[in-house]
Amino acid sequence: MLLSRVSFESSEDVEDEHVVESSILAVVKNKPTETMGAKKGGKTVDDVEDILHVPLKAILLADSFDTKFCPITLERPKVLLPIVNTPMIDYTLAWLESANVVEVLVVCCSHSKQIVDYLDKSKWVNRPEFSVTTIESHYCTSAGEALRLIYQNNLINGDFILISGDTVSNMVLTEALEEHKQRRQKDSKAVMTMVIKQSKPSQITRQTRLGTDALFIAIDSSTKQLLYYNDSLKRSLSLDKTFLAENSSVSSHNDKQDCYIDICSYEVLSLFNENFDYGHLRDLVKGVLGDEVSGCKIYTHEIHSDYAARVDNFRSYDSISKDIIQRWTYPFVPDVQFSTNHPTNRERQGIYRASEISQSCSAEIGPFTYIGKGTSIGDKTVVLNSVIGDGCKIGGGVLIDGCYIWNNVTIEDGCKLKQAILCDGVVMRSGSVLEPGVVLSSNVVVGPKIVVPAYSKVSLQPQPVEQDSDDELEYADDNSETLHTVNTVENGYSSSERELSEIGIGGRGFVWSKSEVDREEEWRHSVAPIPESKLIELTHKVFDEQDSDDESDEEPPTFEKEIEATFLRGVRKKIKEEDILLEINSLRFLYNMASENCASALFYAMMKLALDSPHNSPANLVKNANDVITRWGSLLKPYLRGIDDEIEVIMKFEEMCTENGKEFAPLFVQIMHLLYDKDIIQEEAFLNWANEKEQADESDKVFVKQSETFIQWLNEASEEED
Amino acid sequence: MRGFSPTLMDFLMVFVVEPTYFLCGFVISLRRRTRTQQLPLCSAYYQVVCIAIMPDTHALVNDFLNKLKKRKIEGSKTIAKLTAELLRSVISQQRLPNTNQAGALIHAIKTIGEQLTAANPVEVAVGNIVRRVLHIIREEDVSLTTASIGGLNLQGLSDDEDDNPLVSAASAAAAARITLRPPSLQTLIEDIPPHSAAAAVAVHHSSSSAGDSEDKTKSTDKSSRSRKLKHNVIEAVNELIQDIATCHELIAEQAVEHIHHNEVILTLGSSGTVIEFLCAAKEKKRSFRVFVAEGAPRYQGHTLAKELVARGLQTTVITDSAVFAMISRVNMVIVGAHAVMANGGVIAPVGLNMVALAAQRHAVPFVVLAGIHKLCPLYPHNPEVLLNELKSPSELLNFGEMSDCMDFGTGTGSPLLHVVNPAFDYVPPKLVSLFITDTGGHNPSYMYRLIADYYSADDLVLQQRPTS
Repeated sequence: MLLSRVSFESSEDVEDEHVVESSILAVVKNKPTETMGAKKGGKTVDDVEDILHVPLKAILLADSFDTKFCPITLERPKVLLPIVNTPMIDYTLAWLESANVVEVLVVCCSHSKQIVDYLDKSKWVNRPEFSVTTIESHYCTSAGEALRLIYQNNLINGDFILISGDTVSNMVLTEALEEHKQRRQKDSKAVMTMVIKQSKPSQITRQTRLGTDALFIAIDSSTKQLLYYNDSLKRSLSLDKTFLAENSSVSSHNDKQDCYIDICSYEVLSLFNENFDYGHLRDLVKGVLGDEVSGCKIYTHEIHSDYAARVDNFRSYDSISKDIIQRWTYPFVPDVQFSTNHPTNRERQGIYRASEISQSCSAEIGPFTYIGKGTSIGDKTVVLNSVIGDGCKIGGGVLIDGCYIWNNVTIEDGCKLKQAILCDGVVMRSGSVLEPGVVLSSNVVVGPKIVVPAYSKVSLQPQPVEQDSDDELEYADDNSETLHTVNTVENGYSSSERELSEIGIGGRGFVWSKSEVDREEEWRHSVAPIPESKLIELTHKVFDEQDSDDESDEEPPTFEKEIEATFLRGVRKKIKEEDILLEINSLRFLYNMASENCASALFYAMMKLALDSPHNSPANLVKNANDVITRWGSLLKPYLRGIDDEIEVIMKFEEMCTENGKEFAPLFVQIMHLLYDKDIIQEEAFLNWANEKEQADESDKVFVKQSETFIQWLNEASEEED
Repeated sequence: MRGFSPTLMDFLMVFVVEPTYFLCGFVISLRRRTRTQQLPLCSAYYQVVCIAIMPDTHALVNDFLNKLKKRKIEGSKTIAKLTAELLRSVISQQRLPNTNQAGALIHAIKTIGEQLTAANPVEVAVGNIVRRVLHIIREEDVSLTTASIGGLNLQGLSDDEDDNPLVSAASAAAAARITLRPPSLQTLIEDIPPHSAAAAVAVHHSSSSAGDSEDKTKSTDKSSRSRKLKHNVIEAVNELIQDIATCHELIAEQAVEHIHHNEVILTLGSSGTVIEFLCAAKEKKRSFRVFVAEGAPRYQGHTLAKELVARGLQTTVITDSAVFAMISRVNMVIVGAHAVMANGGVIAPVGLNMVALAAQRHAVPFVVLAGIHKLCPLYPHNPEVLLNELKSPSELLNFGEMSDCMDFGTGTGSPLLHVVNPAFDYVPPKLVSLFITDTGGHNPSYMYRLIADYYSADDLVLQQRPTS
């Protein structure tokens, strides 16, 4: 191995000289290759054959490194949470096995002991041709740190698949792997291939069906290279001009979903090692895209018929559960025993039943439901769209709609549950009600006839004090964890007195309170569907935004609106003319407008005012106009500096008559006369306007014709003067 | 001796089945025990020590199980072949005790068979092959026993014990057949009560082999018998594998009898047997046309059409929904099957029930080609659901395109879109005109009889009852 390393280093050096002529560039470019080349050995062009035959490895991050599943994750690692009655990690491992991965490194951080214990007992150990190795680390608080650990221990030396232990997929990997390897053959800088899948985000909520923010990516449409990645896009996006100039074919998408399945080369680990600020997995993507020096490239692979999704939050937990029940993840579905799950029968309408279920004749099991082994269901209970785990006892007259009930849960008579998650060992006393979005962590007891309000989270663990940073919530080291549990035993009982109002008599558990901001955003990531009122509110918001979008497209209308608003405010509040002028001037500079625009806008506003004030006959309207012009005509003066400005005003009025002030159309001449009388517009302007219109279309001449006599009269008057 | 009724048989069988030592692990202790202690056979404690599968077969079994579970292998022919080969290697590496070798073998095969059938209950071919192999073991055992009994009886008629009835070799052989097959008209005429006869044979067998006086003469006989049983079984399984491999040809040979000049044949989806069948007719200079329904959503009809055109057949591809419109011009429907049940019902690729109904409406013969390994000795119960596989909806729809329909965040949260993609149809026997198997053409109502030839009634249920 050592020998080959040396030889590769030398061959790489030679190559670098070939490729990079300028010595300065070479230094820069050599930097990353030095570190990589030294340790990584034969991953350069020469050794393609080796790459192709290296047994495929995978790094499975058995920690989410976030707090989205709190408070459940305080007691249990996320990857062991069941999804359709099978721990998430089993889906990931089963997929890795079917994708011909030979060795999986499971990186366990928080609750590592539980994961190790689980894997030791599971059927994943002692498999020929599929080894699962666990790596425990209590210090890691981010994916980046975990990967740094792997790098420092030299556990990986070839291509590997980077996946988080909460991914459900049935993707066929061979094609993506092949693509990745071929790219590597041509270009050693193609360090990573990201798997993406089409998924349309909702227009209203701007989030995907998995509850994550809409992702915006740009891809080179011919090479599939990833050029831009933004998963926290708020409203608009601005791309650098050079970005488009540099890349000949860019296709941008907002309907793609990041599956969090990455085929990585060894360099990815060293990149994580070099950049200490990479925490989240996607920091690397953003880092690589932003960093032109290293020259690393990331490519994408889109899957179409295959399924891949990551359980990111409660909403995706709900969506993915339903996808599994609807068999999009085939063959990883409940009735196929892909892991240690029990034999399950599939019935019509997507009902799955494990063995030893006792169910009352009068109980109704709706479609898309899973019922686990040894569960009993009482009289007249209705179960819809739900997953019920093993060994649950459900009484009579219970309504369960869209709930995820884990193992050994007791629900007494007459409870009503809607879109809630009930963890292991939860007890609900008779008559209690869970409103949508409630999460009850393990062993919580809800007292009789208690209504748990929507989106509450109840746990036996007290809520950590606010001063803790988010990161530490879940990763409290083992010592403090045991402390917590010691407290719980006492507090759990004492809470029954303290928090009696919330959980009821004999209830156990703390209701976690939320800060205002969190509460506002609660609906986004809940298992419950978004309430209708919220949707309507959001729809209005979206429409409003669209309206304002239209306005911002054309600036003059905004300017005119502002002028009008200023004018009307002035009229209403009887502001002094000078002050109004001052405001209009400032607006004029703000929008960078010529004086003629101001004049026409102002005139428009005046006419609008005349139009809006009460009138019942054309004569009345003329009178209104007369009043307005007499009162405010002086405002126009400063802007009418020349004939052209005046013509502009006439044109504006003409426009107004044809568009939104049709009532003025027959009165055109009278208003013109008024303007002439008040000395606002000079006769020259009228004459010029008439001349200009000579050449215009017939349709444009309507008003010219109307004012023919007026023009004639003006002509005569001027001649007389002469 | 008539007192030895079927209850005794059951009693003995229970012991045979008793899994005192279960699958490998105990190999060493087993060896020691079987070598040092020669347990008298007829004693109340009839211990069966045996099942010691070599670790590599264990790995093989697990590997195959895994593949079945993950739905990685498909197609009844491949599965049948793989199952038979797996069982062959299991048998060849199976350590057999000195006594009741057949019982030990049967137990071993049943244990594996139970796991295999549970791994993917839809692939009935697995169960069929397991039962075929079990039947082979029973048959070979009986033929060996009858041979030895025959010899024994001729040799030592004098030292028969009091209760033992005199059973001639011929009648023993007849009785042995009876134990394997359900009563038929012939046995009724011969008027031998099947159970008592069988019991008599069984008792005779056990008591005679247990007799102390015969022990020495038998020990040499036994070792040769053990080898012989294994040898014969493996031989027979090899034949079975051969049969599976050649079933296409045997079926195709009959093509000329069924396809005539200028006929129009309709088929749906793709089946290897159908291709061979049609091509065989073509090779015999029959000119005919084939309508191929494409077989959504897998569209295997397209590959079939390609294949047929390559072999020079006039082919027309139609959509599945056009079958009814075209059926009036069709002379015969020829299709493949996934499995044939004991009642003559067919588990077939989805869409065939519709084709069968259309064929019945227009009185077009509906012919099903099925290799004998597809013959399942079970009667279907709720086959549309229980003997079906729902595949991923992604074969029908693009998930990405439909993702907005499956946004559970809006609306009531209950899924409004449900995509069902069943792999199979159940065609009831009344819609099938003819089965063509490698043994010839059969009526659906004859299937149960055919099954009796290939399977033993004792093996219909592979699950072994837990012994108390």
